[in-house]
Parts: sequence; C-alpha cells; structure tokens
Amino acid sequence: MAETNRELLTNSILKRNPIALLVLGICSALAVTGQLSTALVMSICLTLVTAFSSLTISIVRFQIPNSVRIGIQITIIATLVILVDEILKAFFFELSKQLSIFVGLIITNCIVMGRAEGFAMSNPPVASFMDGIGNGLGYSLILMLVAFIRELFGSGTLFGVEILQLTTNGGWYIRNGMLVLPASGFFIIATIIWIIRTLDPQQQEKQ
Amino acid sequence: MADITAYKPFYSVLVLAFFCSILVGGAAVGLRPLQEKNKLQDRRMNILVAAGLYDSTKSVEDLFGNIETRIIDLKSGDFVSATTVSPEGFDQLKAAMSEELGQSLSKAEDIVGIRRLERYSRVYLVMDDNTVRQVILPVRGKGLWSTLYGYIAIEGDMSTVSGISFYEHGETPGLGGEIENRRWQSGWQGKKIYNQSNEEALHVNQKKDQVEMIYHVDGLSGATLTTQGVDNIISFWFGELGFKPFLTRLRDKGGRIDG
Repeated sequence: MAETNRELLTNSILKRNPIALLVLGICSALAVTGQLSTALVMSICLTLVTAFSSLTISIVRFQIPNSVRIGIQITIIATLVILVDEILKAFFFELSKQLSIFVGLIITNCIVMGRAEGFAMSNPPVASFMDGIGNGLGYSLILMLVAFIRELFGSGTLFGVEILQLTTNGGWYIRNGMLVLPASGFFIIATIIWIIRTLDPQQQEKQ
Repeated sequence: MADITAYKPFYSVLVLAFFCSILVGGAAVGLRPLQEKNKLQDRRMNILVAAGLYDSTKSVEDLFGNIETRIIDLKSGDFVSATTVSPEGFDQLKAAMSEELGQSLSKAEDIVGIRRLERYSRVYLVMDDNTVRQVILPVRGKGLWSTLYGYIAIEGDMSTVSGISFYEHGETPGLGGEIENRRWQSGWQGKKIYNQSNEEALHVNQKKDQVEMIYHVDGLSGATLTTQGVDNIISFWFGELGFKPFLTRLRDKGGRIDG
C-alpha cells in the first residue's frame, strides 16, 4: 500500500522511528547527546544528508548497476557528508570543532544507508526525499530527547544556559555523573523504546 | 536495474567518482580561504584566552593588536631578528620537519611524541613599555588519540601560569576533550611552573597526598592518558629542550627587551 508523501514524513517520526523501532543509528545517538547544541547540529546535518542522499540515489536509481549499488550509495553519501563538513568548517567553525569527528561519522550512520538501500532504490525521488526528511526528523526527535535529559541532569544546563545551579558553581544541584558519560545514552534510549512500545504494542517484536 | 553489459558497473562507478570528486574538490578549494581565516582567528582567540585578555564584545583583531609576535631560538633562548625569520610567514610545524630548521628527538628526549623539534619558535608577548608582562608560548604533544595543540601564558616572573588553552585536538569529547573546558583551564591560573631553585615542579595528575597546591593541577577524571599527555607537555616545553633557556634569560634581564 503506497503512502502519501505526508504519511511518509510523519510515519517515520513516531510510528516507525529509525531509532526506536529499527534501532539504527544509535552510535551517534550516544556520542553527541551530552549537549543539546551538538545534538541539534548533528540532527540537522543527518536530516539533510539522509534527505539529499535519498533524493540523489532515487534520481539515478535506474542507472545504478545492481552489482555495485552499495559502493555507489556510499560514494554519494560520503560526498554529501564531506560537503556538510566543509561548509560547517567554513561558516560554523565553533560548532564544527565541537562535533569534531562525528560529522564524518554520518557516513557510517545506518539510517542513511538503510533508507538509501531500503527505500530510495525502489521509490521515486520526491517520495524518497520525504522519507529521508521523515527519518531524519525521527532520529532528531530521539536525539533531542536524550540530549535534553542528559544535559539537564548531567550538566544542569540547557543549550549551555544554566538551569540547575551545580554545587561546583556554588549551587545546590549535585550533577548526575553517569549522565555525562556516553553509556547513559543507552539507558535513556532503552527507556524511550520501552515507553513507545508499551504505548503502541504494534511495534513490539513477535516472540 | 539489470546489468546490461559487463562494462556498465565500471563505467557508472567512474562517472560517479568523477562527479563526486569535482564536488568535493570544488568545496575544499572554494571554502579553504574561509576555513583558513577561521583557523587563524581561532588560534588568535586561544592566545587571547590563555593570556586572559579575551573579551567577546571586542573583535579578535583589535585585541590581538596589543600582542607582539616574535621568533626565538629555542636552544639559546635569544630573540631572532625579523630579518632572519619573519614572524608572519614562519610555519613552525613545517620548520620542525625540515632538515635545516628542525632536528629529530631521541626516544628519551621525546616524551611528548612529536618526533621532531624546530629550532625557532614563535612566542607572543604582552608588553608594558619595554617590560614583558606576559609571554604566551605555543605547545604541543600527544594525548591519548591525537596531538594536542595549545598555548600557555606565563606572567612576568616567567614561572606563574596566567592561563592555558587548547585549540586543536582529537580527544574523546566529554572525557579528554574536556581540556577545552574553560573551567578546568581556569584552574591553572596562579600555578607555578618552576620552584625556587628553578626546577620544573608543576604536575598535572591525580592529587596524591602531600603536594603543594601551587605546583599541582587536577587531572581530568576519566581521561588519565590525556592528562598524562598534558603533564608531559608541561615537562617537555618548560624543560631544557623547550622554553626554559628563553624564560631563564628573560627573567635574568628582569623581563626587559632591548629594542
């Protein structure tokens, strides 16, 4: 059953969220969620890369020989990621320093590859583009949620603005050290997946 | 999507590679001037931060106007005239690699893992008439994953740290990457590099029982090896191979620079 472009966009955000349902792309979800600002930039970069790689791959999908399709997808994705990285370095230097290697690692993000191989190879360009945006936004939603929890309770700030004054700054809030470490992202993502699957039992995996 | 001929895969990969390389190459070349400008700006900002002169309301160019860039000979500790080596065009890292301007370090000497050391180094001076109020020294060395590049500002007594900053590294964000944390950096202020008998005394590590706080900077928790790297950087760059001859000479002259 074909979905409309609108459904493609919205369904990917909640109904089949790439992180929550497919459990893809969690590597970067752990790494960049210590602060909201880095998570936000990562989300924007990933959404753009997914959307445009899906679009490009969908446009040329009849020209791609089956035997080398993965290589071609990777090349297109890598090109886009390098472009994003170069643009960040030229115009948003501070942010590019904070994200350091993670922008480059978008290349290996399973969501981008997954959507290229799973959707864009067999669907028209506009639908692929919307699917890419939708998945990017789905990823962003989870990322922002995790980053919100980690930054607020781990560092007492939101977007770097102090909300809970830390004891180290003469305040009352004792920071949760575990949330500063990447591993805490696992627990938070697991909890989010649990909540989503309890609310929407359709997402549960069959025994 | 079937392969029409056996040549098709080769042909399409070549075409794709051609287009992608044009895009990537174009972006890299086209954006390089902007990126270089950002990098220079960032380095200057870090120099200002180390010296405690950074003020976000003023432009970096204006603030940097008060800082004098000079070239010194690391071994003798003398200033090198601008006609011998011009401070603007001098590429310090390249110099370390070259035959005539660099030297290789033996394993025992090279505690910071930089392999080659340059003969000349840039230093940045904050002057008050003819007296040096602060010296900002470029330092580098291996952390856990990467080489750390930073600046350390020393006060007029040539021993008290007035600030530190790192402008380039590839350490784990949140752990070793915390060397960029301004709060941790502020903990360096007022520490002394040398003790009364002019020996290196400052160490960065976990606090062990009886050390004088003035010679101790707390290491970063969860980043033992990065901290060790920073500790080595201090030992190396303030030792005989590093800036010690220069700092000693300058102090003996009471921080005065003639001409």
